[in-house]
Amino acid sequence: MATIIVSQNASVHEDAQALRNAFQGWGTDEKAIISILGHRNEFQRKQIRQAYEELYQEDLIKRLESELSGDFEKAVYRWILDPADRDAVLANVAIKKAETDYHVIIEISCILSPEDLLAVRRAYHCRYKRSLEEDVAAHTSGDLRKLLVALVTAYRYAGHEINERLAKSEADILSDAIKDKAYNNEEVIRILSSRSKAQLIASFNRYRDEHGTSITKNLLGDSDVGTLQKALHAAIRCISDPRKYFEKTVRNAIKGNGTDEDALTRVIVTRAERDLKDIKELYYQRNSVSLDHAVAKETAGDYKAFLLTLLGKED
Amino acid sequence: MAALPNELEALTKAFSGHGIHEQALVSILGKWQPEERKSFRKGSPHFFVEDERNFERWDEHHVRLLKHEFVRFKNAVVLWTMHPWERDARLAKEALKKGPQYSYGILIEISCTRSAEELLGARRAYHSLFDHSLEEDVAHHINGSERKLLVALVSAYRYEGSKVNNDAAKSEAKTLFNAIKDANKRKPIDDEEVIRVLTTRSKPHLQALYKHYKEISGKNIDEDLNADLRLKETVQCICTPQKYFSQVLNTSLKRDVDKNTKKALTRVIVTRADTDMKEIKEEYNKLYGVSLSQKIEDTANGNYKDFLLTLIARGG
Repeated sequence: MATIIVSQNASVHEDAQALRNAFQGWGTDEKAIISILGHRNEFQRKQIRQAYEELYQEDLIKRLESELSGDFEKAVYRWILDPADRDAVLANVAIKKAETDYHVIIEISCILSPEDLLAVRRAYHCRYKRSLEEDVAAHTSGDLRKLLVALVTAYRYAGHEINERLAKSEADILSDAIKDKAYNNEEVIRILSSRSKAQLIASFNRYRDEHGTSITKNLLGDSDVGTLQKALHAAIRCISDPRKYFEKTVRNAIKGNGTDEDALTRVIVTRAERDLKDIKELYYQRNSVSLDHAVAKETAGDYKAFLLTLLGKED
Repeated sequence: MAALPNELEALTKAFSGHGIHEQALVSILGKWQPEERKSFRKGSPHFFVEDERNFERWDEHHVRLLKHEFVRFKNAVVLWTMHPWERDARLAKEALKKGPQYSYGILIEISCTRSAEELLGARRAYHSLFDHSLEEDVAHHINGSERKLLVALVSAYRYEGSKVNNDAAKSEAKTLFNAIKDANKRKPIDDEEVIRVLTTRSKPHLQALYKHYKEISGKNIDEDLNADLRLKETVQCICTPQKYFSQVLNTSLKRDVDKNTKKALTRVIVTRADTDMKEIKEEYNKLYGVSLSQKIEDTANGNYKDFLLTLIARGG
């Protein structure tokens, strides 16, 4: 369930004007920006952008980029984009890092529905004049490349039909690969990147029936875990239980010294209108403290205020 | 009364080649009395076999072939009326059932000569028709080096704009040149970089690469890939599709080719009649010195022939 509190009576033109006012004069009224944008859903945000453009012949997004800064700016920028465009930007940022942040690529390709993934690929064409897969391929190599390219180019069958016999035989293939530590086995990549999600979940269930433990647990059994293993692990978790995956991502982003703002922003901004509520519940069950509380403790300023608004804080 | 020799000849021709000359069958065969038909049977040892019990029997193999020829027109019509997405999805599925010799070429053809959106549409239709994704079936049915190439090709959603990074195209041309040069150490189809470039880069990018490659090697990249049929087809379909289609058509129009190769005639004409048929006709003429229409006139029969000629005559 979503966490953001959306104002139903908002007038798009009033919002555009209010934002304009927030930019005028010395400094920027960040509070106003947060209180408007933080309470609008994706359709409203899109309309506000259009209204702002009509009224002031200026791109709202560019204006926000110039008025804001730091983690707050990054968060607002991601928030105001259309979801497909946003994911395209997140993917590109992840690819351009010195070591590609494969988690982002895996999240996008494994959690989104096949049609949503397609929309991201289109948005990527539009924005970067290249295909997502060509950039992923050009910035990675070896086994990781094989896995990531296969995942982003998949157009999985979206139906619920499963073939039990296939689930068993492919659970066995995965099991053998894990036992032999042959993670780069082509069959593993084939199965994980081409089968429908329903079919994969059936395989994972068969695996658990056979072995008594989940496939993800056995996958990380080793002491020395390589990149490909971690990537496969992430892919399987994203396919079988995205919310648990996000809870862990957010937990890791907050804990310890320093905060991974990129990851924290990414989860909150991309899930606020989807299942952030469930992620919060899982977080509370696991950590005995609310996510709101943890975020408030680890972040500051406008960035903090914005995240808390997206998390559903009442003004 | 025996059948006239020219009628015998006409009838034999009516049953040979691509499709059936329905009119000849009606006008000649329809009016023949039993003796004329008997002399037809006796005078056509490739169609009829002398049975030990004193009668002439249809050769079973030939009757089966005849069935394909009669149905060729119907298949062309059905394929022509289909939504292009369903058409490509069914062609892909059929190719997978037929095994490596036919399937690989058709999968390469579909995935490389269609636009990004057309290929996507075919993948959607595949979901609806077969309850699986195209890539999952391709991966399941194909093993070895070709699997990587084919799965990547059918999964591609290439950038369709014209913007090309020329430096990247140049350096990737060099990469491919080196990979092909070292073919005895490792086959190009097993080279990750070769696969990456051919299966993810946009078509304009690859066309620029094609030019740069010629400057480096002196030869065209598809000529240097003679040892690797699938990569050669991939490059041809992306960079010189009309040449590729002309070659496929030429092979399909030869006498005595097997039934799967013959089907290429219908497939290519039906799938290209709305796109680049004009350019294919020009290229065909350039390559083989004869017009495609003339060749079809000589080799095909009846309604099937008329249908094909009508399709390729559209738009000049």
